[in-house]
Amino acid sequence: MVKSEAMSWYRIQEMFRFQAFHMYGIIGTAVVCGVIAVFLIKKAGVKDLHGQPIKFQNKDKSWRKYIIGGTIFGLGWALTGACPGPIFVGIGYGYLGMVVVAIGALTGTYLYGVVKDKLPH
Amino acid sequence: MLLELIKQPWPWYISGIVIAFIMIALLFFGKSFGFSSNLRTICSMIGAGKKVRFFDFNWKVQKWNLFFLVGAVIGGYIASTFLESNVPLNLSKSTIADLARLGIQFDGGLNPPQLFDFKSLASFKVVLTLLLGGMLVGFGSRYAGGCTSGHAISGLSNLQLPSLVAVIGFFIGGLIMTHFLFPIIF
Repeated sequence: MVKSEAMSWYRIQEMFRFQAFHMYGIIGTAVVCGVIAVFLIKKAGVKDLHGQPIKFQNKDKSWRKYIIGGTIFGLGWALTGACPGPIFVGIGYGYLGMVVVAIGALTGTYLYGVVKDKLPH
Repeated sequence: MLLELIKQPWPWYISGIVIAFIMIALLFFGKSFGFSSNLRTICSMIGAGKKVRFFDFNWKVQKWNLFFLVGAVIGGYIASTFLESNVPLNLSKSTIADLARLGIQFDGGLNPPQLFDFKSLASFKVVLTLLLGGMLVGFGSRYAGGCTSGHAISGLSNLQLPSLVAVIGFFIGGLIMTHFLFPIIF
């Protein structure tokens, strides 16, 4: 994440301004490879290390949570330049500010747990 | 020689391939690639389950994912300590200009020091921005049932339409923040 700058606040800004291909290249490549890999795994009925066939879950179809939750997430992603993984990579890298972001993320997660039954899903 | 090569900024296709590889490797371990559930697990670990039902689950089955998180922290540390190059981040000129107009200087690094440096935490506004941003990420990812790893990478690889909707949501939020809220905040 560090070497490809995928955890860079500047790169996320660049992405949301559509001013470079870089981040789209990273995510696009990962998805293309992922689609091919998942297809092959399903076709060949590949088993995992425990001898179980690799299974894939279908995500449930309650649409509102994806679009509302996703938008809220996106607001934070642009503001901090980080999604959950990069928050912690950033801490390891030395950005102490990311500790504050992490505290915020845990608080936000907790808040969701508290109010979730009142939210549209 | 190889070390010098690794120290150079990595091209996007290398990163993309590595990310896909991580997702596949986790599948072979009988797991799936989804980082944000760690936030829920940590809440549960510190006792949130006693107050809120959502966190009342056996978090120990998610221990593997916590190891992944620790690995991510270590990876960040290794990259900054042993694999740094002096090559400044090759950020697009228009982004540099846009950010300058908002008062954010680009210094060639990964993150703006005025937001993420230790010294900047003395500013109440900076701390509030980081806390609020973090809360949006935490709340949003739990509400949407995943973040970029779970939806954009794993979900899309499995051709899940709900994940596409989530990713569209991510972008709507990101664009609103970047184009409408940044000029107000910065």
